[in-house]
Formats: sequence, structure tokens, C-alpha cells
Amino acid sequence: MTWYAALGAVEQGLVYGIMVIGVYLTFRILDFPDLTVDGSLPLGASISAVAITHGINPYLSLVIALAGGFLAGMVTAVLNTKFKILHLLASILTMIALYSINIRIMSGPNVALLGQKTVFDAVIRLGVPSHLAGLVIFALFALVVLTFIIWFLGSEIGQAILAVGDNPQMIRSLGVNTHTIIILGVGLSNGLVALSGALVAQNQGAADVGMGIGTIVAGLASVIIGETLFGCTTIARAFIAALLGSVVYRLAIALALGLEFGGFRFNPSDLNLITAVLVISALIAPNLKKRLIAR
Amino acid sequence: MISLEGIVKYFHKGSVNEVFALDNIDLQIDEGDFVTVIGSNGAGKSTLLNCIAGVFFPDSGKIIINQQDVTGWPEYKRAKLISRVFQDPLLGTCPSATIEQNMALASLRGKRRGLGRGVKGRDRDKFREELRHLGLGLDARLLDKVGLLSGGQRQALTMLMATMLKPDVLLLDEHIAALDPKTANQILQLTQEIIDQGKLTTLMITHNMNHAIRFGNRLIMLHQGSILLDLRGEEKANLTVRDLLAEFYKTQGEELALDSLLLG
Ligand SMILES: Nc1ncnc2c1ncn2[C@@H]1O[C@H](COP(=O)(O)OP(=O)(O)O)[C@@H](O)[C@H]1O
Ligand SMILES: [Mg+2]
Repeated sequence: MTWYAALGAVEQGLVYGIMVIGVYLTFRILDFPDLTVDGSLPLGASISAVAITHGINPYLSLVIALAGGFLAGMVTAVLNTKFKILHLLASILTMIALYSINIRIMSGPNVALLGQKTVFDAVIRLGVPSHLAGLVIFALFALVVLTFIIWFLGSEIGQAILAVGDNPQMIRSLGVNTHTIIILGVGLSNGLVALSGALVAQNQGAADVGMGIGTIVAGLASVIIGETLFGCTTIARAFIAALLGSVVYRLAIALALGLEFGGFRFNPSDLNLITAVLVISALIAPNLKKRLIAR
Repeated sequence: MISLEGIVKYFHKGSVNEVFALDNIDLQIDEGDFVTVIGSNGAGKSTLLNCIAGVFFPDSGKIIINQQDVTGWPEYKRAKLISRVFQDPLLGTCPSATIEQNMALASLRGKRRGLGRGVKGRDRDKFREELRHLGLGLDARLLDKVGLLSGGQRQALTMLMATMLKPDVLLLDEHIAALDPKTANQILQLTQEIIDQGKLTTLMITHNMNHAIRFGNRLIMLHQGSILLDLRGEEKANLTVRDLLAEFYKTQGEELALDSLLLG
């Protein structure tokens, strides 16, 4: 792997790490497997891209993207809590609906941002070389999001969110409306995923309706890698691990894409297959280990 | 304090599995009453407590607590007034949160939760002090995860958490039934102390007739969703297990649920 490819992978790991933090919140904290993210990532991207092409400040476009993602997450959570639709199904329905909505937002399957202002301009103006601007901005955003989520989960509301995932019956008997908490949590998660998508779009210079495919699987892979390598004994540690897991995941992917056996090379389009295999093996490994030890 | 008027509760109404769980229950409980509740399996004891707590709504009837009609209030809203301890020690606490985090969650029962710190420095001393009263050594383990505690320790912690903020009504559903006899007695002792100290209005379900007689100032017996027996004061104080059984047969005229009633 070249130095340049490694830099790119770390950059990707950080920006998608914001998405992974969102996935950790639903998947692990709330115990709410949420596939909305495959739609809310491109939702954030389309909102931000369209906003910027309409002359809105790129930073402000991130806020709007975050709000859009939050709303999408809320829809999934309301379908689940108020209308008793299974969480997986509810999130697939929102995800499918978002595909159409994203195309409506962009008035087409994609929007280019060539020559437009982006969040990277500010740091470039400060004298950061342009090939490092992505790294600086993404590291900054990832750190802010990480700090925020750890702080938030330590608050009274945050502790209630943790309790809803842990023992809903108990926290209800302590006066917490578990529906409201789930709506808030899934909303926040998708807000972060949309923010991640918006930053990705500004970095690659385009938003595309297909860019969300496989988001949840990449998110899960990162979560699992993070937990395995860095542990999850405390909330702070678990979220730091999720972010680092995302970086390791992107590095591993870059490495795999650089491999060559005889004449065979992986294509970027093989990425989802590689990731799926990775997640499957991580999911069945504890099971296999148990069986082997039992023998 | 608590007033139940004509509470009727069916499960699966209209289907082949229909269960008539509560049959027109009328019950007035005064402030400071400690009511023990007995009855055979399936008599409707838990259903009665669940209706009071708002786990589900009665099909008809009215529930008034502290002069407020709470019949239509959802469970989480009634938490302002009601504390509960369940039979399963796992249900009362969050296993992956620490002891202090669990206590902090309980210290906000029925209150608004905001962005203030979940566990506040000034609460810690108070928590430690309250844990010291339990005498289980938990005061030195504020930062331990509750999942590490034994069933008895968890149930003791749950009792403490349920009563840290004085509830208008305390509901105990066989809360010592899952513990070994020695631990069960300790928790029962603790229950008595806490209830006496706070003069808490309490409903305690038990399958142990001795406990039902020995504790509280009032005893009710449920059978097939109806209140079969309601004794208080002198009447209850002079009660023996033998009396209780005789009473049961007199009203019932059949040998029902003898096993479960004789337990203990
Ligand atoms: N959630 C429920 N769904 C269906 N039936 C229930 C439910 N809860 C209790 N029942 C039925 O109602 C009757 C009373 O149960 P319960 O109140 O749990 O009795 P107990 O006096 O043993 O606590 C039983 O026949 C029980 O099967
Ligand atoms: Mg019961």
C-alpha cells in the first residue's frame, strides 16, 4: 500500500467513523438494528450537495443534512414504536422510501460539486496543504462527534438511553417514556450518518443516490473490528473503539484492494462481498470457538 | 390513598383463550396501609398490581391514587406515584450500568431528565450512605457493574432504589420468591424496615401464608379474580395459618390450591 493510499484510507475511516458512531448507538446501545442508514447517508449527501449548489454555506449545509437524517431516523423509530412494525422492516421501508426522496432532492441520481465551495476551503485558506485538508477536517469532526456522544450519554437523558437498551421494563417503571427515547436515539444516530454522508459528498465532489449501498454492513464491520481490537468495557472506550475500528476497516479494505494473486485482483465493486464475509466470520467466530472448545 | 372501583380485566377477550383475570374488584387502601396479598396461582394477584402500575389498562373500572384519576395514565407516567419491585431480581436493575448509575436513574423516578450529569458528585455520598445501611458491603462498590452482583444483592439494591424517592404506593410482587431462604429473610427484614421508616403505603404479594400474616396491617386473599377475604387490625393480628385455611374452605367449599397455599 502506498503512503498516499494509506492516507486516503485513514481519511475515509475518520469520515465514515462518524457513521459508525451512529450505528453503534442503534445497534449496540439501543439494541435496535437499523438499516435506515443505507438511505440516510446519501440523504445527507444529497441535502448538502443541493444546498451548496444553491449558494448555502457549506457548514450550514451540514446542519441541514444532520436535521434531515434525524428526521429519517425518527420516521423509522415511530413506525416501530407507535405502529408496532418490526425494527428491521421499519428501517427497510424508510430506506427504500429515501431512495426516491434522494432522487427528488437532487432532481436526478446525482449532483456534482465541481468548483463549489466546501468545508475544506476554510482550512486550505489557513495554509493546510490541500491533500491534507480532508484529513484535518474529518479528524476534527470525528473528534467533536465522539466527544459529544460520550458527553451526551453521560447526561441524565443519555443514561436513560443506555437503560432503554439494557432493561426497558425497569426504566419504564422509573418514569421514562421508552418510545420517546428510541425515537430520539434512532434520530440522533441517523443524523450522524447523514452528517457523515454530507462530508463524504463534499470530499469526493459529488452526491450519488447509490453511495449508501452497504453502509450498514461497513458500519457493523467497523463496530465488530473496533470491539475486538480495542474493547468496549466502558461507554467512552466503546465509542473510541468504534471510531478506530472504522479506520482499521478502511485500511484493511485498501490493503485488500492492493493485493494481487497471480493475475487476480479485487475490484472496488468486490468491497461489499469482502465486507459481508468479514462480518459473517466475526458473527460466527464466537460460535465456532465455543464448539471447538466443547470438543 | 388508592381506590379501585369495579376493575374488570380480561386477557384475549373474545378469543378461545379468553381469561377473566379480574372480576369487578373494589378496593380502598388508606395511606400508610401495608397490605399483604395472597391467593393461589393464577388468582389475579399480579394482574391486579399490573393494573395499578399501568402495565395494561383494565377493560372497565377506575383507578384513583392520591385523589388523581390515573386510569388512563400510561405506565411511565404513573411512575411519579408508584414504585415496584418484581419477583425476578434481573428486572429491577440495569446489569451493564454501575451501582451508582442505577441509583442515579432511580433517584430521578418520575422526574424530568435533562442534560445535567447522570451521576452527580454530590449524590455519591448520599448513595454510599444509603448502601452502608444495607450492610452488604455495596458502599465500597459504587463503580461495579450491577451484573456482577448476586440475586440477593440486586434485589436489596432494587428495594433501595424503589424507595429512595418516597413513592405514594409501593408494589411488591413476590419480590423474595426467587431468593434462597436466608437471603429472602434478609430482604424481607429490609423491606419491613424501609416500609416502617417511610410509612409507605404498600401492596405485597406473597405465596407464603406466614409472611402474609406476620407482615402488614391488612391481608387480602384473591381467588379467580375476586377478593375473597379482607382482614385488618385485630382480626388480622390474631390470624393463624389454620384460620386462613378454614376461612378459605368456608367461602369456597372446595379443596383448591391447597399445595400453593400451604407453602411455607
Ligand atoms: N399478559 C397476560 N396475557 C394473557 N394472560 C395473562 C397475562 N397475565 C396474566 N394472565 C392470566 O391471567 C390470570 C391471572 O394471572 P396472574 O395475575 O399472573 O396470577 P397470579 O395471582 O398468580 O399472579 C392467569 O390465568 C394468567 O394466565
Ligand atoms: Mg404472579
